[in-house]
Amino acid sequence: MSEENKSAIMMPKADDLILSSSPHIHSDVNVRKIMLKVILALVPALIASVIFFGWDAVRVIVITALSAVVAEGLWLWLAKRPLTPLRDLSALLTGLLLAMNLPSNASWWICVVGGFLAIWVGKQVFGGLGHNIFNPALVARVALLIALPAAMTTWTPTGGLLEKNMRLPSGENVSITTVAESEAPAVISCATPLGEAAELKRTPNGAATFAPITEKSDYVKYFLGERLGSLGETSCLALLIGGIALMFMKLIKWQIPIFFIATVAVFTAIVHLCAPAMTPPPLFHLLTGGLLLGAFFMATDMVTSPMTTGGCILFGVGCGVITCVIRIWGGYPEGVSFSILLMNALVPLIDRLFQLRPFGYVRKRA
Amino acid sequence: MSERVIPPKPLSFPGGIHPAKDGKGLTEHKAVEKAPLLEDYVVLVSQNVGAPPKVTVKKGDAVKKGDILAEAGGFVSAALHSPTSGVITDIGEAPGPMGVNVPAIFIKADGLDEWSDKLPAGLNWREASADELKSRIASSGIVGMGGAAFPTHVKLSPPPDKKIDCVILNGAECEPYLTADHRLMVETPERVLAGAAIMGKILGVENIAIGVELNKPDAIAALEARAQEYGVKIVGLKVQYPQGSEKQLIYAITGRCVPTGGLPMDAGCVVQNVATAAAIYDAVAEGHPLIERVVTITGDIVVNPGNYLVRIGTPVIKLVEWASGVKSEPRKLILGGPMMGFAQKSYNVPVSKNTSGVLLLGGAEIIQYESSSCIRCGMCVRGCPMHLSPGPLSMLIENEKFDLAGQNHVMDCLECGACAYACPAHRPLVQHMRRAKAEIRRAGKK
Ligand code: SF4
Ligand code: SF4
Repeated sequence: MSEENKSAIMMPKADDLILSSSPHIHSDVNVRKIMLKVILALVPALIASVIFFGWDAVRVIVITALSAVVAEGLWLWLAKRPLTPLRDLSALLTGLLLAMNLPSNASWWICVVGGFLAIWVGKQVFGGLGHNIFNPALVARVALLIALPAAMTTWTPTGGLLEKNMRLPSGENVSITTVAESEAPAVISCATPLGEAAELKRTPNGAATFAPITEKSDYVKYFLGERLGSLGETSCLALLIGGIALMFMKLIKWQIPIFFIATVAVFTAIVHLCAPAMTPPPLFHLLTGGLLLGAFFMATDMVTSPMTTGGCILFGVGCGVITCVIRIWGGYPEGVSFSILLMNALVPLIDRLFQLRPFGYVRKRA
Repeated sequence: MSERVIPPKPLSFPGGIHPAKDGKGLTEHKAVEKAPLLEDYVVLVSQNVGAPPKVTVKKGDAVKKGDILAEAGGFVSAALHSPTSGVITDIGEAPGPMGVNVPAIFIKADGLDEWSDKLPAGLNWREASADELKSRIASSGIVGMGGAAFPTHVKLSPPPDKKIDCVILNGAECEPYLTADHRLMVETPERVLAGAAIMGKILGVENIAIGVELNKPDAIAALEARAQEYGVKIVGLKVQYPQGSEKQLIYAITGRCVPTGGLPMDAGCVVQNVATAAAIYDAVAEGHPLIERVVTITGDIVVNPGNYLVRIGTPVIKLVEWASGVKSEPRKLILGGPMMGFAQKSYNVPVSKNTSGVLLLGGAEIIQYESSSCIRCGMCVRGCPMHLSPGPLSMLIENEKFDLAGQNHVMDCLECGACAYACPAHRPLVQHMRRAKAEIRRAGKK
């Protein structure tokens, strides 16, 4: 502060001070980082899909993800809007999530159509990220499922699954050679565990038993992912790793997956206890189909899930109940996608129901 | 009652955020330095909420330190006093803290810094009557020094139907970077404690507590060492922003909620800043009006950040000079803290009674964010201490649905900035809230 060094000190010039509103500091989170972390959480499931489905998985993932990104860019370009939203990685995430929901043998054009459906119909027509009501990846998946039921439910074992796990819907194990010897059609298609369950249920006289698909060794396979199904849904282990990471990073509201899964467990346990021929035991339901993928990655999409804790619990329970109803009584063996989309539609209502009361709120007497 | 009250789980409120960087390390261990006397002071006329005071001096008048420059312009108003001895060189306009020029009194110091002989004598506060104490506070021009600048004697005169049973002093200093209150508590705890006791006496309240965030253990220890003598409780609070907001502080300490739209007195409390308490003590015990305060000059680009005891009316540029200037060109000058402070366009803005800090931001700290659509992540909802839903509210406001925003309690917003701090989409949530509040007030007036 002395006089000599006063001349040496650098004083501000004050000509271009920024006038902006408080707060003047900001946390370092941004949308891009959030999306990036969710994508990283998907990596174990992506790897698992490549392990179990081989190069076909890589093909589906790359084509779908690219199409989604291209679709986003093309829309923005056509709408003459800046391309900056591409940077937030949300289109890439949508593409990856859609790929996780496609069969490994999906042909390239299904992937492309899916990517465009997700971004254009699922997101951009609503006004872009944040304005969509439904989970874009699920919109595409369900649209494909309805339009092309055969293509979307033909599960052809590829990659590592080709040699293993070949089992006819009857529960009888076959190997490639036996199939070839019996002059089976060139395309071998098999059922997912849920499909097998639906098949077994059709056994006449209510004598159905799910024993062939619910042995201990089966559960181990289901848990690790050695089974048929959409690309990303098969490995419970990989999905759990990613899902738990998301919960710890507080990137998803934990109430949604936990209540979703718990509801499915309780619901199926009750039904199974009352009528064992109706549906397989709860553990089977938890480990098969798209439950974990749906609960951790699809239902938790921030944009399309409720904002309050109470709302998230209701949302999770609702997804669980609808999933079970479809799985047990519905026309499709799997109900996770439908249940999430249905609950997406109810989110505005749920948010209203669980409206927060301000701190110190006193209801005004009328 | 004067035992240390630091519960195993520190007291707090639901909601709030934890800013990643608190910046307090720059100045929290730096003792308050007395600022050198200046040649020129610029005292803004209106430094309080309520009616502006009426100027009673004219150009050419000689004044002594502590002489009245302006009288309170009503009950909700506060007098203004000369920061030093000298001559009034002009009564004109100077840059104000809100970005527009405002009436100001210019004083040329005579270098003698002589106290006025018209000052009242010091009182023994333990013996003086409540009325005597209160009128002393009113005549000393004391206002809320934490930022609100609400005349203190008004807060100490609750309407008879409001029963006050608790005096709370805000030593939370939850704003990042600021350490003026912290140093004040560490260095002169007895002034703070005595000021608290004086307020207790005026209100006839025995329940007096000082809330301090736990990141200031030295302040807690210093206050505690003397707390017993004054019958004051020291309460440790969780470090959480905005712990120092009146309603959140009352909740943390007493568990009471101020009803929506209400004032602290609706919860039986009077809340004052610790610096205000120290000023009260000076006014009562020494007869000194409010003419100086501790100000933190800080920022990562400030060469030698510190805490200074400066006269009201000191241009901010002087503080920058005392802090040995800057390392690089600042892009933002903020009066107050980074969460709620106001960006300034001129370094000539003078220190007011409620200026607790001068913050310079530059370089990497300045990021001009581009805001995007709300992704409904809920981070703002989790952060809002008032339990509003800032994200959905901001969408209503963007669509100019102000009455819907009103129904969704936008008027309860504190403008604390916790939501905007947390928002990954960088939405200008606080601006939106301010806009809606202004629109609703305007509609209400019509
Ligand atoms: S923090 Fe931002 S993006 Fe998240 S819900 Fe609030 S306003 Fe929307
Ligand atoms: S600025 Fe208002 S809406 Fe935002 S967190 Fe603070 S009180 Fe809540």
